[in-house]
Amino acid sequence: MIGLQHYMVVSAILFVMGVLGIFINRKNIIIILMAIELILLSVNINLVAFSVFLGDMVGQVFSMFVLTVAAGEAAIGLAILVIYFRGRGTIAVDDVNRMKG
Amino acid sequence: MIQLIVLLPLLAAIIAGLGNKTLGKLPAKIITTGALFAICAMSWSIFIPFVMSNGEAYVAPLFTWIQSGSFDAQWALRVDTMTAVMLVVITSVSSLVHLYSWGYMDEEPDQPRFFAYLSLFTFAMLMLVTANNLLQMFFGWEGVGLASYLLIGFWFRKPSANAAAIKAFVVNRVGDLGFMMGIFGTYLVFNTISIPEILEMAPSMAGSTIGFLGARFDTMTVLCLLLFIGAMGKSAQLGLHTWLPDAMEGPTPVSALIHAATMVTAGVFMVCRLSPMFETSETALTVVTYVGAATCLFAATVGTVQTDIKRVIAYSTCSQLGYMFFAAGVGAYGAAMFHLFTHAFFKALLFLGAGSVIHAMHHEQDMRYYGGLRKSIPITFWTMTLGTLAITGVGLPIIGIGFAGFYSKDGILEAAYAAGGAGTGAFLVGVFAALLTSFYSWRLVFLTFFGKPRWAASEHIQHALHDAHGHGHDDHHDDHAHDDHHHAPAAGTGGYHPHESPWVMLVPLIVLSIGAVFAGLVFHDQFIGSEGGIAFWQGSLAFDSHLMHAAHEVPTWVKFSPFTVMLTGLAIAWLAYIKNTDWPERFVSQFGVLYTFLLNKWYFDELYNLLFVKPAFAIGRFFWKFGDVGFIDRFGPNGLAALVVQGNKVTSRLQSGYLYTYALVMLIGLAAAATWAMTR
Repeated sequence: MIGLQHYMVVSAILFVMGVLGIFINRKNIIIILMAIELILLSVNINLVAFSVFLGDMVGQVFSMFVLTVAAGEAAIGLAILVIYFRGRGTIAVDDVNRMKG
Repeated sequence: MIQLIVLLPLLAAIIAGLGNKTLGKLPAKIITTGALFAICAMSWSIFIPFVMSNGEAYVAPLFTWIQSGSFDAQWALRVDTMTAVMLVVITSVSSLVHLYSWGYMDEEPDQPRFFAYLSLFTFAMLMLVTANNLLQMFFGWEGVGLASYLLIGFWFRKPSANAAAIKAFVVNRVGDLGFMMGIFGTYLVFNTISIPEILEMAPSMAGSTIGFLGARFDTMTVLCLLLFIGAMGKSAQLGLHTWLPDAMEGPTPVSALIHAATMVTAGVFMVCRLSPMFETSETALTVVTYVGAATCLFAATVGTVQTDIKRVIAYSTCSQLGYMFFAAGVGAYGAAMFHLFTHAFFKALLFLGAGSVIHAMHHEQDMRYYGGLRKSIPITFWTMTLGTLAITGVGLPIIGIGFAGFYSKDGILEAAYAAGGAGTGAFLVGVFAALLTSFYSWRLVFLTFFGKPRWAASEHIQHALHDAHGHGHDDHHDDHAHDDHHHAPAAGTGGYHPHESPWVMLVPLIVLSIGAVFAGLVFHDQFIGSEGGIAFWQGSLAFDSHLMHAAHEVPTWVKFSPFTVMLTGLAIAWLAYIKNTDWPERFVSQFGVLYTFLLNKWYFDELYNLLFVKPAFAIGRFFWKFGDVGFIDRFGPNGLAALVVQGNKVTSRLQSGYLYTYALVMLIGLAAAATWAMTR
């Protein structure tokens, strides 16, 4: 029987993968975007799992919102990247440090 | 009319001062000088009824200044005999000095400013003498101090002029502190600052005591002495006199107006105005007498060895102010005011004459480089001789006819003798000072106008000659200049030709010399006559008719003593500077110590330097280096700034600019927040 804790473990693994994808990745900003998607998905799994567990539809409705926002965010992020690449000629994470104080 | 007299110079000063360059030289000069001559005429029209003994004293209120509780200060213009005397002195000398400055300051590019200052000074001085309360008098007092500062430092590119201006201001501050404390004390005791009310109540306070500096003193003595300290500062009395000789850095017309005829007499005026108050304290009067006599002697001795023509006259002024003070100290206020009145004419004349000589000698002020000027500048010579005759008090004692100084100075000496007590000492000192006065005044005349020319050694003259040379010989200098000015001989004319000053400078000299000759003759009965004085002064000062009567009845030898010493001084000066010109050098080699002592003005400047200036600098440096820089700055602004810089260096390392560090920090923060939320 697959219980709530299994979903939670999967979700946690996905979340940690996403976070590590942001930190460890030093190559490509697109990977950061993908890592963010992973984090959002882990959240979605949590939402859906609790929604079923509690018999409350609000959680599943909310996950649909998250998916929508994630799609929008990915689109905008990619658009920014394209513009950024045109300007700088690179999207390597190590080179993107113009905010250095 | 009195409102117009006081405010017209202010208006002229504002127009000339603010108009300055846009207005141009000539309009500024016309406005200020015109205003001054107008108020001069009005002042005489106020004065003459008082001389006729039918003048009416009154107070013209302007408006309320301060009203707070029982404290009430009004702007009001008081007209009585004393004010009328001062009005005449101030406006006459000031208008003549304005006119004189047309010539003297002719080459000056900054004339509107100069004339604006002169008029501003006149306004402040008039405010001082018309004051009906102590606060307004203090306003005028500070106003003249300001104008004096501005005019001494008129040539502000000259460091020595700036130093002199600051010195004058600072030394006067010391006196002003006394004056201010006197005003505070007066208000404390009388609960009013209105002069008539104070004078009315003063006798009732005699004998009471007041706590001051932790001890109990006689009330009136404390108040009078505090006020007298103010007078000492303004009138350059011994101890606070050091600014006056240095003030000669200013243009000569300024010296004549401010540092001879008017501002420096403000102290004498104040003592006379408050004379009923001073009358209540024997101690204060004795101090006034001693200080006056000491100044009189001190300044006269120093005046005998100075070589700068303006400094000789400056010390002479200082000495004559001493006469006025000891006259006031022995109770002869009328004589003090009389000497103030006559002194204004002959001292302004001497200063303006000196200015004319300086003008002719191309700004050379050292008398050692003068000599033989009698024929080159005859009008200056004759007017200055009249001034010298007046200051030395030439006159016939028994018949009672003489120059202005004869009446006033002899009046003072006779009154001092008649008063007895401290007055006897003052009389002896005064007679000795009269000897010195006669000596240094004639020394000035002989060195300047007689003997052989000694112009060639002067740098200023050399300068003038070379300038003339460079511009090409366009006049009669030509034929004389060839032979000797290339060798720069130590004596002789050096080929220089002094020119008599223009008429705008000579007219004031002539007018003032009329005053110097006749001011005593015409007015002596009003000022110091035992009966005429009562009718003239109308109680505006504490006129002591008995003392004046006694002064006229003094023994004949007393009457003759000033006359004798005057002749002696003249004889010594003649012997030393005309007959045997080697005498001064022999005197110097014989009495070197005395000469150096006098030449260094009794070492007052050095003493003050050691006692006050050096410690003040040391304290200032301590607070600057240690207190300000070492402490406040170090831990205050600079310390904080350094701390912020250091902190920023640390925090700026956090701002790596890399996305993942921000994300990590964010995660840690989130985790911390979540932990806090859960474990709370």
